Amino acid sequence: MDAPAIETAGLIKTFGDNRAVDGVDLTVPPGTVYGLLGPNGAGKTTVVRMLATLLRPDGGQARVFGRDVVREADAVRSRVSLTGQYASVDEDLTGAENLVLLARLLGHSKAQARERAAQLLAAFGLTEAADRQVKKYSGGMRRRIDIGASILNTPDLLFLDEPTTGLDPRSRNQVWDIVRIVVANGTTVLLTTQYLDEADQLAGRIAVIDHGKVIAEGTPGQLKSSIGAGTVHVRLRDAAQRPAAERILAEVLGSAVQQESDPVALTARAEAEPAARALARLTEADIAVDNFSLGQPSLDEVFLALTDRPAGAKPSVAAAEGAVA
Amino acid sequence: MSTTTEPAEAVTAYAPSSETLGAVLARADRPKRPSALSASLTFGWRAVLKIKHVPEQLFDVTAFPIIMTLMFTYLFGGALAGSTGEYLQFFLPGIMVTSVVMITMYTGVGLNTDIEKGVFDRFRTLPVWRPAALVGMIFGDVLRYILAATTIMVIGLALGFRPAGGVLGVIGGVALLVVFSFAFSWIWTMFGLFLRSEKSVMGVSMLVLFPLTFLSNVFVEPSTMPGWLQAFVEVNPVTHLVSAIRSIMAGTPDMPEIMWTLIASAALVAVFGTLTMRLYNRK
Repeated sequence: MDAPAIETAGLIKTFGDNRAVDGVDLTVPPGTVYGLLGPNGAGKTTVVRMLATLLRPDGGQARVFGRDVVREADAVRSRVSLTGQYASVDEDLTGAENLVLLARLLGHSKAQARERAAQLLAAFGLTEAADRQVKKYSGGMRRRIDIGASILNTPDLLFLDEPTTGLDPRSRNQVWDIVRIVVANGTTVLLTTQYLDEADQLAGRIAVIDHGKVIAEGTPGQLKSSIGAGTVHVRLRDAAQRPAAERILAEVLGSAVQQESDPVALTARAEAEPAARALARLTEADIAVDNFSLGQPSLDEVFLALTDRPAGAKPSVAAAEGAVA
Repeated sequence: MSTTTEPAEAVTAYAPSSETLGAVLARADRPKRPSALSASLTFGWRAVLKIKHVPEQLFDVTAFPIIMTLMFTYLFGGALAGSTGEYLQFFLPGIMVTSVVMITMYTGVGLNTDIEKGVFDRFRTLPVWRPAALVGMIFGDVLRYILAATTIMVIGLALGFRPAGGVLGVIGGVALLVVFSFAFSWIWTMFGLFLRSEKSVMGVSMLVLFPLTFLSNVFVEPSTMPGWLQAFVEVNPVTHLVSAIRSIMAGTPDMPEIMWTLIASAALVAVFGTLTMRLYNRK
């Protein structure tokens, strides 16, 4: 029973000349949320589609709960569920019809299927929308019916492919809450995302993927410390105090402080704790602070730190040659 | 946050609750997987629901057959048989076959547009009998074939078609047509998966269907045709299907022709069903 939820070794998928997935090794322990972080076109979705038995790998191995995704595809299918990037429900059908259809396909009787659908609709706040066609749902509702359909049979492993892309902040928080509850109930989740804060919020471990390769792996904490801290943005009330503030920040944070073109603004790389101390020191020194904020590094900053180039950009010639050699 | 175009959401701001969701998730009852037939019928139900929500799609199985029947009856009737009433006795089973066989191409067009949507990703990750989604889709199409055949039969009867085989003969003829069309649809599922766009599916369908339906015994007796054409008409499965259905509706079932049609149907499913599933699994 101790087989990892997901285990891949040298996983490869090529589309024509494009190596969409180029030797990916992953190990995902059961009962956790694992994040695949990367820009568009990094190969996240291709990895998920191979693990969900939708695509055949061109090389390497992939096992889900110890079962091979190619040779034992049916055994894998009975334990996984997929919420794709685009709604994996039938938009012409109503929410209730979609869930009943799925419950029937999973072997529930008609009465059970109807009961199950009603229970799911209620749990996802869609009872009122039950008899409306899914194409008339808002983006957030669509996501919810989609995830609802995915957990209909309480899968052991749930694939969520960019579950919050295109959602408003409130719907996004709802999806996050749902994911937390699903994991707390024992389901393993493989989450792909373009947002570092989403992976940080939900995932126990993160693999950063770029051009089909894992370029970094670890807990969010490890990852963030390896790429450096977030950024502190300070706005002072009085521009005259900026040199004094700059000295204090440089001393406490131990990093280079940048003067912004705005005469009252300063920014510096910083961890949360030193940043708090810096704020205290500024106050002690009677420097009036209008605004003090600590931002997480963005995906762009992560990629800059890991690869010396922005997210999604082609590797430089030197880097590409290095990879070949 | 005050104005909104989504009243349902605004009224009940949804907050996921770990109790209700937990209750859903805690139900670990995993029933046995459904049988191949049960899964296919469930997918057939999906097709019926789609017809219910988009009834306009029935236009092509009602209006098109009506036009075909009226057009050819009055176009050829006088010239070929002396009168439209006379021609209809010969022509009606044939135009029924032509219309329904032509309608089968929408199976491929429908699949081509359907499969690009995310919902097929979900279907293909379900632990059910693999062909069920496609078989169910064709089950739904079979309903359309029956509707088209019924429409033509009603028009025919109104115009003076009098089948000697009576009600049973008509039902038997339609049944054989439906069996053949079900089998024939697998050609289009293959093209639907194989070709890149809806338009190319349409194009290929027309290329296959026009010769197949016109170069047959539907419109005229093959004895009037040049020898090389007769040779083609002889091996055309539509010819055998039409002969079989004519004989059933006339009350004098031609067993060899019926057997020929059934064997051809089985062969179509075996060949194109297999090719379709191979493409479906690779998609």
